[in-house]
Amino acid sequence: MSNINLTIDGKKVEVLQGSMILDAAKQVGVDIPTLCYLNLHDTKMKNQSASCRVCVVEVEGRRNLAPACATPVTEGMVVKTSTMRVLEARKTNVELLITDHPNECLTCNKSGKCELQDVARKVGVNNISITSNSMSTYPIKVTKTIVRDMNKCIMCRRCEVMCNTVQSVGALSGINRGFDAYVGPAFDESLEDTVCTHCGQCIAVCPVGALSEKDDTGKVIRALADPEKTVVFQTAPATRVAIGEEFGLAPGTIATGKMVSAIKQLGADYVFDTDFSADLTIMEEGTELIGRVTKFLNGEKASLPIMTSCCPGWVNFFETQFKGMSDLPSSCRSPQQMFGAVAKNYFAEKLDIPREKMVVVSIMPCIAKKYEADREEFKVNGNPDVDIVLSTRELAQLIKIANIKFNELDESKFDAPIGFGTSAGVIFGVTGGVLEAALRTVYEELEAKPLEKLEFETVRGLDGVKLASLTIGGIAINTAIVHGLSNARQIVEEIQSGNPRDLHVVEIMACPGGCVGGGGQPLHHGNIDIIKARTAAIYNIDDTSADRQSHKNPFIDTLYKEYYEKPNSHKAHEQLHTTYSEREKY
Amino acid sequence: MSKIQTIEQLNELSNNVKSLLSIREQGEKSDDKTKADIKAIANGSKEKINILICGGTGCKSSESDKIVENFRNKISELGIQEEVKVLKTGCFGFCEKGPIVKVLPDNTFYVMVTPEDTDEIVNTHIVGGNKVDRLLYKNTETNESISDSKHMDFYKKQMRIALRNCGVIDPNNVNEYIAREGYKALATCITSMDSQQVINLMKESGLRGRGGGGFPTGLKWEIASKNNADQKYVVCNADEGDPGAFMDRSILEGDPHSIVEAMAICGYAIGASMGRVYIRAEYPLAIKRLEKAILDAREIGLLGDNILGTNFAFDIEITFGAGAFVCGEETALIHSMEGERGEPTMKPPFPAEKGFWGKPTNVNNVETFANIPVIILNGAKWYKAIGTERSAGTKVFALAGKVNNVGLVEVPMGTTLREVIFDIGGGIKNGKKFKAVQTGGPSGGCLTEKDLDTPIDFDNLIAKGSMMGSGGMIVMDEDNCMPAVAKFYLEFTQEESCGKCTPCRIGTTRLREILSMICDGKGTMEHLDELKRLSGVIKDTALCGLGQTAPNPVLSTLDAFYDEYLAHVVDKKCPSAQCQKLLEYVIIPDNCKGCTLCARQCPVNAISGSVKEAHVIDKLKCIKCGACIDKCKFKAIIKR
Amino acid sequence: MEELSQEKFQELGQFIDSLPSKKGELIRVLHKAQEIFGYLPKEVQYFVGRKLGVSTAKVYGVVTFYSYFTMSPKGKNHISVCLGTACYVRGAEPVLDEFRKILNIQGTETTPDGKFSLCSLRCIGACGLAPVVTVGEKVYGRVTKEMVAGILAEYK
Repeated sequence: MSNINLTIDGKKVEVLQGSMILDAAKQVGVDIPTLCYLNLHDTKMKNQSASCRVCVVEVEGRRNLAPACATPVTEGMVVKTSTMRVLEARKTNVELLITDHPNECLTCNKSGKCELQDVARKVGVNNISITSNSMSTYPIKVTKTIVRDMNKCIMCRRCEVMCNTVQSVGALSGINRGFDAYVGPAFDESLEDTVCTHCGQCIAVCPVGALSEKDDTGKVIRALADPEKTVVFQTAPATRVAIGEEFGLAPGTIATGKMVSAIKQLGADYVFDTDFSADLTIMEEGTELIGRVTKFLNGEKASLPIMTSCCPGWVNFFETQFKGMSDLPSSCRSPQQMFGAVAKNYFAEKLDIPREKMVVVSIMPCIAKKYEADREEFKVNGNPDVDIVLSTRELAQLIKIANIKFNELDESKFDAPIGFGTSAGVIFGVTGGVLEAALRTVYEELEAKPLEKLEFETVRGLDGVKLASLTIGGIAINTAIVHGLSNARQIVEEIQSGNPRDLHVVEIMACPGGCVGGGGQPLHHGNIDIIKARTAAIYNIDDTSADRQSHKNPFIDTLYKEYYEKPNSHKAHEQLHTTYSEREKY
Repeated sequence: MSKIQTIEQLNELSNNVKSLLSIREQGEKSDDKTKADIKAIANGSKEKINILICGGTGCKSSESDKIVENFRNKISELGIQEEVKVLKTGCFGFCEKGPIVKVLPDNTFYVMVTPEDTDEIVNTHIVGGNKVDRLLYKNTETNESISDSKHMDFYKKQMRIALRNCGVIDPNNVNEYIAREGYKALATCITSMDSQQVINLMKESGLRGRGGGGFPTGLKWEIASKNNADQKYVVCNADEGDPGAFMDRSILEGDPHSIVEAMAICGYAIGASMGRVYIRAEYPLAIKRLEKAILDAREIGLLGDNILGTNFAFDIEITFGAGAFVCGEETALIHSMEGERGEPTMKPPFPAEKGFWGKPTNVNNVETFANIPVIILNGAKWYKAIGTERSAGTKVFALAGKVNNVGLVEVPMGTTLREVIFDIGGGIKNGKKFKAVQTGGPSGGCLTEKDLDTPIDFDNLIAKGSMMGSGGMIVMDEDNCMPAVAKFYLEFTQEESCGKCTPCRIGTTRLREILSMICDGKGTMEHLDELKRLSGVIKDTALCGLGQTAPNPVLSTLDAFYDEYLAHVVDKKCPSAQCQKLLEYVIIPDNCKGCTLCARQCPVNAISGSVKEAHVIDKLKCIKCGACIDKCKFKAIIKR
Repeated sequence: MEELSQEKFQELGQFIDSLPSKKGELIRVLHKAQEIFGYLPKEVQYFVGRKLGVSTAKVYGVVTFYSYFTMSPKGKNHISVCLGTACYVRGAEPVLDEFRKILNIQGTETTPDGKFSLCSLRCIGACGLAPVVTVGEKVYGRVTKEMVAGILAEYK
């Protein structure tokens, strides 16, 4: 492709053919304000609907203004980004959006992080000069995961692209037309009755407060205040490399110790680590994998490929979209649920308290974990293994409510005995991590010798579908690592059609980048570098860790000795495994 | 029917079926035929008389089907069905006077015929040889009967190219189309021209798209032809959504084969073998006729593989629209054809690069296509000579509103609005005063007295703040309130906005709200400025043509009728007495007989007065329901 | 419900199966479905989505975009008042208002007894007869406010 020369605000610039004015402007240091546009490079997430008309610019010789985000550059183009005409048009369009947007900034979940708010400041909206007599009104829909307030929807369509294109879930669509248009599920049903996977990626890209997580901080505050209750926290791997962002720390800052201190200061009785149950998952899932592969090698019918089951968004996707293959996913519960089971059984016994007196709170990078924790199969007599799930964002909110100065906190360590996890558990937080952790254990199991190089580079990186074939213990194992649900769909459909690649193991994560890019993480506002920094931090923890293999976690050893006997034992099956069912939904 | 495999076979068929039309064509030819002339024509053919009945939607609504049935029954009752052929044709255009019945070869044009009139026509005219005078058109001034449509003002200045076969042939009979040189243009193209020659001819003809924008057709074809792909598509936009325009429907109903032929020509020119017609589901008759035309063309080998023995293959499918004005926009139309919401997307990429299923696609509208076969046959020079320098050819207008002769009118570009409205249209209904004419539908603007002598073409209309659009032409008289008309159009565009971009979704809503306030007497001077400012931004930033042109009715009425806006805003009066909330109901004491009927009728007891004395309306109590006016027998109550 | 009979679903299913390709055929299928059922209730939309491999949300998105599609059953006699420009300037609005007044309905809906449903539409192209009202297949031309009661009486 050839290069194109153009002039932007009097500055000459040369860019690749096919570039948009917006990119070209960035090259000469001109930041054109945008609103609906979003481009998460290296993933499939790109919203270029050109619908908000905020990024309009003047192009010489053109009758009307051009949206910079979606207008390709042409040779000799002369662009002006800040003429009176442009500034007036931008401001008017932002004002128009505000005339149909509730004036609720003071109580809005997204306040301070709202892109409409930002752009309104940027284009200088100080009052609304447009007469308006009506607003489109919709009922606010609350589920146990996602809150939809379409009164605040600005029709940027990012959520729709995310749900339908990136995730291929198809829970959302543009509904109605004209002034009454909004984005929503079929028949405006509750998302729980739809194919929604609760992955929360729609929230992650929503520029305003139209989509947000169900706020469960109040429940935690009440539990902590209840003297009858023993409150046990677990924190997921990806939360520690992201929570700092909520307090102004650079993306990729490792804030494990501060996070533990903060939770302790909140009044938690115990702060444990989901890394621990991630190690436990590797023991259970690794054993299951070896079992299935051995069966296969012996010529018996085996359910292959085995698919990981840690990601609740993926599990929801699987259950609502695919038929006749519910034997394929690993029967292992996710690390969150394994932790809950261990806490409410093993640990409660240790403390000698009934499970009802224990409240397990998870800190997750995820929205779907709220849905998972509420599943009937993870409850005993109505009492859930995990009581409350907070997203990383909600934990940060809670810390702020409690007036804790996060950045000034000392670093604390997780509590024993179920607070110690190896860094094999930590890498669960990135795409490829679960498989890599499993390989580190399975290798030594099958080869019966120590693994020299622990890093499996082929399973790392942001490609949507990664394929790696390895020979372990003389067995050729074909693996696929997938993140983003449209990539998952592609692989699962392939498996459905006869598994032409002879895959044995498939790791699937719903969110782009894995849990570091989870729907419950601090908002990235379209900056993929933030997700990359979190990923680097996860690997950094792993690189500097002394314990990097799950089966070498001494506390796991103890747990089996004291309680579960061995991986895949009867008791383990009862408490740490599950089954899947097909679900028909809108 | 057997397949036509060579151009010679087509010519042969064309000659063989010529006789189908001889009565009609000869009858049309000469003026004022004597009885002897007529006899001479009749002698030359087995058929002696043709009775044509308009089968267009307008006339069908007035029971034209029943008229056809009555004629057929009567004719067979008399046992003269061999000599007298009864035919249902497409629209004659003169909808105001429908249902229309035309008798040939003596070229008698009966108007406003009812099913009860058929016996008389048969007895008096067909059998007796005397015209039924009471059913003839009457000159509006002299009240003289005019029996030949050529002498009617409505037809005198018209030039029918796109409508050439409408009202002449039986649209369900492919042979009649072939008898009118049908499919000869296609044959010429595929047997003796290469695709670039066809494109060049189209470019030289100066034909511009009749759908609204006026983009040069030849150039559009050239772009699509230059984009290489394994499959390309020809799309005919028949989603006529402009409220008040019905030329595309009439062409499809009256001459469907011309569209089939033209699409195939386009396919040959751009290298496409697939055509699609995107048609409004609300046009059942047009759909039926088009479906039949496609089937017939396929059956005789004018669609399908190896057309006329060449390598050229082309076929056409029909896709139904589902009621969305925005789908007239090319990209929205294509998304709709793909089964999606009809939301427009950014251009580039243009459909000629990436259209239907991502393949190069050429979209033209019905009227554009209808012109193409004749241009090929008569040549680019012939066409270019018609019309104006930059707008060649003719344009069909749907003339409607407060004009005497509502109907479809085809005139050469360059004809003035005055000629169309007053000469052809017969001026304003009920002797009222002309106020404005709206062209271009919801995207256009209102033109006034001062613009009446402007020659109509694409560029002149835009220069005057309106546009050609698809050819709707709505005439308004002194009783039409212009802010209310602007509000009407904004209600339309706001309802039809797809909701995708901010300026259209919210902006048109705000315009409509402000216009409502003005019509309700709540407007301020600031509102007038706001209308202008907001309109400017919507024009400048909306994503597609629908949004970009939505403010035109506001801007053009603000410009031409600012006084009327001022009257609403400053004096709180509606000069046309249309805006309910600004009306005042008053009893003229001199006319009031004191019958008390109005007072008894008033639902809020706002009228008082003693028997046999003039009554009065309490303005504060009056809810302006109009019940009193309806009841008063003495015209004593007025609204102002 | 009788209206949503198994036979009707079968007919629709057969139509979908008979399509040479399912790609892009959502609107065609919805037309057929509305022809069969008279309207497009949730169950039908869900069925169409499943059969075509299209998400129900998308089906609903398309149904709510196009004014031709309706999710509520039409009355026994369906009245359409043309509000095209030609009809509007010749006084179609008062005619529509009169229908609303007599039928006692607000917008475009069906009367409680299911006898009448009312809607406005944009131009059926019979501008010569403006203002135009259609009841079922029958067309009434040059309608005035005063004629409304008489038209309705024909269907009582």
